[in-house]
Amino acid sequence: MNTSRRGLSFYLLGAFFALFVLFLYGPTATILILSFQGPEGGLTFPMNGVSLHWFRNLFEQQAVGDFGGSFRRSIALGLMVMVLTVLFSVLAGFAFRRRFRGSGALFYLAVASLIVPSILVSLGIGLFFNILGLEPSWYSSALGAHLTWTLPFGLLIVFAIFNRFNPAYEEAARDLGATPWQTVRHVVLPILLPSLIGVGLFGFTLSYDEFARTLMTAGSFNTLPLEIYGMTTNVTTPVLYALGSLTTVFSFTVIGLFFLGLIALRRRRLRRSGH
Amino acid sequence: MTLTAETSRPSATAAAGRARRVRLLPRVAPYLQAAPLTVTLLLFLLVPILTIVAVSFWDYDSVRIYPDFVLTNYTELLTSPVTWKTYLNTLKYAALTWAITLGIGFTVAYFLAFHVRSTTWQMVLFLVCTIPFWTSNIIRMISWIPFLGRNGLLNSGLISAGIIDQPLEFLLFSDFSVVLAFVHLYALFMVVPIFNSMMRIDRALIEAARDGGASAAQTLWNVILPLTKPGIAIGSIFVVTLVMGDFITVRLMSGGQSASIGLMIANEISLLQYPAAAANAVVLLAVVLIMVVAMLRVVDIRKEL
Repeated sequence: MNTSRRGLSFYLLGAFFALFVLFLYGPTATILILSFQGPEGGLTFPMNGVSLHWFRNLFEQQAVGDFGGSFRRSIALGLMVMVLTVLFSVLAGFAFRRRFRGSGALFYLAVASLIVPSILVSLGIGLFFNILGLEPSWYSSALGAHLTWTLPFGLLIVFAIFNRFNPAYEEAARDLGATPWQTVRHVVLPILLPSLIGVGLFGFTLSYDEFARTLMTAGSFNTLPLEIYGMTTNVTTPVLYALGSLTTVFSFTVIGLFFLGLIALRRRRLRRSGH
Repeated sequence: MTLTAETSRPSATAAAGRARRVRLLPRVAPYLQAAPLTVTLLLFLLVPILTIVAVSFWDYDSVRIYPDFVLTNYTELLTSPVTWKTYLNTLKYAALTWAITLGIGFTVAYFLAFHVRSTTWQMVLFLVCTIPFWTSNIIRMISWIPFLGRNGLLNSGLISAGIIDQPLEFLLFSDFSVVLAFVHLYALFMVVPIFNSMMRIDRALIEAARDGGASAAQTLWNVILPLTKPGIAIGSIFVVTLVMGDFITVRLMSGGQSASIGLMIANEISLLQYPAAAANAVVLLAVVLIMVVAMLRVVDIRKEL
């Protein structure tokens, strides 16, 4: 744009952007600090000393319901959603590269899945299981409910990847005598891999934090967001912030590992191509 | 494909069988590949919605629900002034959140797309905006409490600065905090599609506008804005549908003092009045779909997909 110098508008917009970032991160930073509140401290500032009291409190069973169990369930569910989202959306991505009957309807169904309010999905699956006489549980009904949210995202990302994908690589592989499976295994999938890790990250984090779709579908055992929600109504100590800080740090760790993985992948590729 | 059939020729019949398989496979392959997605969406989206539609005609008493065909759930819903007031309130939240997130989203995306010059910085700053999206919504809502509360950071800051002498009560558990939380949670859904649209704008068009004597404001209004419309539409659809169906943000941030349609449905669910909740859900779905179709009428987003 302004090739020579930065105008006033740059600094104004830059300031606006900085405020936006502060707005995004500020509140989370506040509860991070407050979770180290002293044992006598309350839900707001000032800090009444600094301690790990509330983190210890978190791991005492009677203090806050079943924190450990719900955390494990959320991770297990997130991993299942992640694997299925990557698998199903890549397979569907391959299908959509060719013409097949019903492709339009399937696409609209996937897009509708993004638009339908979460509470409808939750209520619908809950009622459906109820009528069939099935017991809803986090690994069946909640898994399905989460997939209706993660699969459309996965599919749209895979579409975006295939749009940019150069079919010449596949043709070259075929010309060199690769079977269709070999082409996919050794040519297409390695090219897609970084984006697939992205789809996986999406699947995991969306599921790990999902609340509305889990509400009526989790059955008798809570996932972590349900547990946290329950706490908001009956816990009035900073233990709530301790839990919030812990899951936020966990989310950041997952995102961090994802980017480290991407960087490692790129390094390995560069080294290989250097040979 | 033909190469596979030629290179492997153990016996004539096997080759023929393989050739048939090879010919058949490409035709059925898309159906097999699309099957898991289709089955999941049918089983966990379409069938549940049809179940809701069916149950919305059922009858219920205080103990259980039973199959029937009654319209009472709808008549009770639509003749109650509470429903209309709640819809009005929900629409107010949606309109306010939409307008504010649009303003923020457009400005942030514009800064990233046109004022940050290096691609690396663009990606880094974009990621800075997206990372909160990958953390828990409930935690992000709760984190406003120490900030906005009666003795929160904002009130004590304003008091010690001498601007006010009584803490502001409207900051937390009010419409203000509900809309603030919505903006906080969903601004990103505007930033990403608008940024995506802006990155696709051919930079030569902007050069041309400048060479033609357009001011920066004219370029923004007559070149960038029209070309960003599809992104704005996608962001708007996300924000509006998320706010229309929300119940948790309204419940947490209004402290139970405001209502939304989603919250009304959630309350009916907790009272086990499933047919009433189902009728309410069907109407909500219809309203949301009408809003989405209206937005798609205004802007054609097909080339974005």
